Amino acid sequence: MQLLRVFLLRLVTTAVTLVGVAVIVFFVIRVVPGNPIAMMLPPGATEADVAALTALYGLDKPLPAQFLIWAGGVLQGDFGTSITTRQPVLGLVLGRLPATLELSVMALVMAVVIGGVAALTGTRRRGTRVEGAIDIANGMALSVPDFLWGLVLILLFGVLVPVFHISGRVTPSLELPFTTNFYLFESLIRLRFDLWLDIVSHMLMPALALAVPLAAIIGQLLKQSLKETMHLDYVTLARTKGYGENHVILREALRNAVLPTLTLVGVQFTFLIGGTVIIERLFSYEGLGNMAIDAVINRDLPLIQGIVILFAVIFTGVNLIVDLLYAALNPRLRHA
Amino acid sequence: MLDGRSMVRRRAGARLWLSAGWLGLLCVIAVFAPWIAPKDPLAQDLFLGRLPPFWVAGAEPGYLLGTDSLGRDVLSRILYGVRVALSVALVAGTITCIVGATLGLMAGFLRGWVDLVISRFIDIWMAFPPVLFSILLIAVLGPGLFSIILAIVVIDWTRFARVVRAEAMAQGAMDYVASARVAGRGRLGTMVREILPNVLPTIVVLLTLEMGIAVIVEAILSFVNLSIATDDPTWGGMIAEGRTSVHQAWWVLVFPLVTLFLTVLAFSQLGEGLKDRFDPVLR
Repeated sequence: MQLLRVFLLRLVTTAVTLVGVAVIVFFVIRVVPGNPIAMMLPPGATEADVAALTALYGLDKPLPAQFLIWAGGVLQGDFGTSITTRQPVLGLVLGRLPATLELSVMALVMAVVIGGVAALTGTRRRGTRVEGAIDIANGMALSVPDFLWGLVLILLFGVLVPVFHISGRVTPSLELPFTTNFYLFESLIRLRFDLWLDIVSHMLMPALALAVPLAAIIGQLLKQSLKETMHLDYVTLARTKGYGENHVILREALRNAVLPTLTLVGVQFTFLIGGTVIIERLFSYEGLGNMAIDAVINRDLPLIQGIVILFAVIFTGVNLIVDLLYAALNPRLRHA
Repeated sequence: MLDGRSMVRRRAGARLWLSAGWLGLLCVIAVFAPWIAPKDPLAQDLFLGRLPPFWVAGAEPGYLLGTDSLGRDVLSRILYGVRVALSVALVAGTITCIVGATLGLMAGFLRGWVDLVISRFIDIWMAFPPVLFSILLIAVLGPGLFSIILAIVVIDWTRFARVVRAEAMAQGAMDYVASARVAGRGRLGTMVREILPNVLPTIVVLLTLEMGIAVIVEAILSFVNLSIATDDPTWGGMIAEGRTSVHQAWWVLVFPLVTLFLTVLAFSQLGEGLKDRFDPVLR
């Protein structure tokens, strides 16, 4: 009962947030100087041509009317037509979404693995130089954002020791047999490991750049929770039973220490997804974020709207899922 | 135990002084850039394009850190770039702090509909990807120093508002606040005289971190070519140029990147160091 109420309440606030995002982005981009219609037409187009095309895109109507028309369309799954490519926005955006999703999920996995290993190693070797080194590395990783890590990685593994690709999603000369845009996933399903390796070697650097700050957060928080858990009675009991240090950390302490980290990872994951915008640009990776920056530069208003809304849906969706998971996992909330 | 604590304090102290020293040096450079810089940062000389730094064969004396593809002196451009970076950090950081902290304080202490409205806005803001939001705002406002500062304020106020709101809420529940009210202080007076001094340490730490973020935002906007006029040297602009020619002239990317890296690190370490200083457990 309680859970249902939490769920409904969160659903309402999420809806309010999404409407707010839609309103703000719609009106902000209408203030953008520069006429996208004039940019579409070849030089020498007459005033009448511009007016006709403006009317075609509905840009001649008053702003509130434009908003209602657009919002009505969005509710029916019609996000309008991109001005630069003249294709439906929804199709364009959904075509790029898999690239960004794959990159984000890969970065998340890397962050969890790196952060988890750092926390466990730091706990296993607490009080030694190893722990000190991990703490310093954590502090560095935490202080510097993904954009700078991306540049550092480009220099290290793209220029100094050129072992990974630093631009694009897949080598352009390769023939792709894919039917979906989930390249990483589909190459695995089709057992095309040659393609899979090529794609991974393109994704590794941008994903790592996104992962580093999150790995540091996970490492720090998990280590802190582990430290607190290690002093609890039941852990001492396990020790007196004669279990080794590895067993105590992995089988006893980790289980209870992991919950606070889990909830944090959810929120931080949205920050990571937000970071893809600039990281995709940096690595010329053909995802949603790269498309968004092009859309802003080209003044492609319908496309910008569509991308921002999609990002907002992803962000609020992730937060909603995290909140519900937390409510479901936390016994105090479950039985209240 | 005592020994461990003094160790932590010494390390935190070194960190604090190192980062403050670096930032102080940048301030001096920003003020005296015209006297320190060996060359005119805008002077182009296509015959001297892509000269390597002084220790690499083929270097030209006088161009310590080499030149970019247009023959402009990398070192001078970095030194002049300090001006933009620091002005953005100081001005944008401070204004963001004032706006965000005020709204957070109001939401956290006054509660009621004020809190409801501000919290709703925070939720909406959190649903925007910040980088995309800033690029969009610069497209609206047009490039320029003023636009960058405004964009940072508009986007990042939630960083302060969220934390200060939570802190103010916790402080508001404490006894000293109730006794101040009983002693006859009004709501506004309590907020400014009682709550604010107690959340100030948090605000100062956030401000330091925000200055580092502002430097990065400026660099990112320069990188997508939406920052200030393209002529003025900025670290982000240099990095953008360096990225395109990284295989031919790595130094155009490396030196501004190292400067930016150290600056961001310094701001964040200063913030962390201050946090430890303010932490009564460590003190």
